[in-house]
Amino acid sequence: MERRDFLKVSGSAAALAAAGCATTAPSKARVVVVGGGFGGATAAKYIRMWDAKIDVVLVERDPSFISCPLSNLVLAGFAGMHDITRGIDGLERHGVRVVHDEAVAIDPSKKTVRLGRAGAVGYERLVVSPGIDFLFGEMQGYEQAMRAGRVLHAWKAGAQTMALRRQLREMRDGGVYVLSIPLAPYRCPPGPYERASVVAAYFKQAKPRSKVLVLDANPDVSSKGPLFKRAWSELYSGVIEYRGDSRTVGVDGDSMSVRLEVEDVKGDVLNVVPPHRAADLAAKAGLITANNRWCDVDWRTMESKAVKDVHVLGDATLSAPAMPKSASMANNHAKIAAAAIVDLLNGREPQPLKIINTCYSFVSSTEGIRVSSVHEWDRAQGTLVAVKGSGGVSAVRSQAEGNYAWSWARTIWADSLT
Amino acid sequence: MQGRVAATAAAAALLSLSWGAPAQDAQRLAAACAICHGTDGRAVTKDIAPLAGLPREHIASQMRAFRDGQRPATVMHQIAKGYSDAEIDALAAWFSAHKR
Repeated sequence: MERRDFLKVSGSAAALAAAGCATTAPSKARVVVVGGGFGGATAAKYIRMWDAKIDVVLVERDPSFISCPLSNLVLAGFAGMHDITRGIDGLERHGVRVVHDEAVAIDPSKKTVRLGRAGAVGYERLVVSPGIDFLFGEMQGYEQAMRAGRVLHAWKAGAQTMALRRQLREMRDGGVYVLSIPLAPYRCPPGPYERASVVAAYFKQAKPRSKVLVLDANPDVSSKGPLFKRAWSELYSGVIEYRGDSRTVGVDGDSMSVRLEVEDVKGDVLNVVPPHRAADLAAKAGLITANNRWCDVDWRTMESKAVKDVHVLGDATLSAPAMPKSASMANNHAKIAAAAIVDLLNGREPQPLKIINTCYSFVSSTEGIRVSSVHEWDRAQGTLVAVKGSGGVSAVRSQAEGNYAWSWARTIWADSLT
Repeated sequence: MQGRVAATAAAAALLSLSWGAPAQDAQRLAAACAICHGTDGRAVTKDIAPLAGLPREHIASQMRAFRDGQRPATVMHQIAKGYSDAEIDALAAWFSAHKR
């Protein structure tokens, strides 16, 4: 209710300030968070949990949160969109002001974020958790083919997830589903191999003459390799064909083919994941520092190494060594940032945080595998490193890990979004 | 608000006895666990141990059993190896002090 009223009367930073004055305790400072995913939503919540005197405005352009984790189950028909869709307005119980609008520009000298509809918002500290955007230009013909509905990435959960599910359902038995994987680093290292697995599981059930052809720009399966390969040979022999060192350079929607460096490969459904980088907003704000793709940060605070008072979270960051671009990591980046921001706004020196990554993947409709790691600040190296002796992968695929995968998802959604 | 500050300070003093660090540090250390165990250790699903409110000795002994290979697990043996005795004690103290 408060949010709707607020949106009705807002239109300027003054309105935001006025809304802030309506609370009884005067606020210490305002933090604006851009992006309501695993990173941004968690940061907004934890800043308020750890210091309720800090004003937090969370800006998210989409009406609801759709989870990338578990979205491969939707492609395979083992879960529905409703299972992976959540709201973020529940964060208001922590006193987070949720604004459904788009952050279109950041002015670091004036310390303001310009919104698509509601004017500009001032900040003491800004958190940017923008996710990724695709480098379509690196694949000739991609955008044209995508506009014609002949190729999909489905690497952001949402409309493309539903479109790819439809294409897989409508594909003839005996058809070929082509999945192209970009060179690492990309969002969710095990995600493509999970996708190949669960689509193969669907084919085995529903159209057993069909094939999954994996074209990987990387030399070999780059995450949980032995576990995926064992599942493929034991469960999907003759269904999944895997080719390493196969980088896609173009897509032709008319002939339904993917162009590799040395040959063209035809398919009935083309699922080509282009290389990506930190999202457009990060590029426009000057936050990208590495290879024109990623945002380098101080891992003690998540503060940008390029722009003062701006913290960058999640897949957009230049990953620390052995750190995946994962939901668990984005959620934990947010906790590092929240702790640092609370300290900085209270005149204290931020302390490094030890954090945990855990990523589950399905290899069938019910069986899961997992990778985990613990990361801590290393003063000598000036970054977060994996704690020696910790972490590892599942011993074997199992239904228990599949159940834990669902439990992890429901829990991290709640920890991030409510 | 004054009362809350005083309570927090008291909790910090108590916890610092076991770890040499304030409660705030334990709270932040514990936040990483929330991705599987829920915010403040309040479990969201029945598949996961609710850490909040468990006896302090139990949490600490189980973490050490995971770490030293005495208790089999799907994942916790690998996570627990990332934590020192002092950190395990701080986590145990913090989670046990919270209601489910």
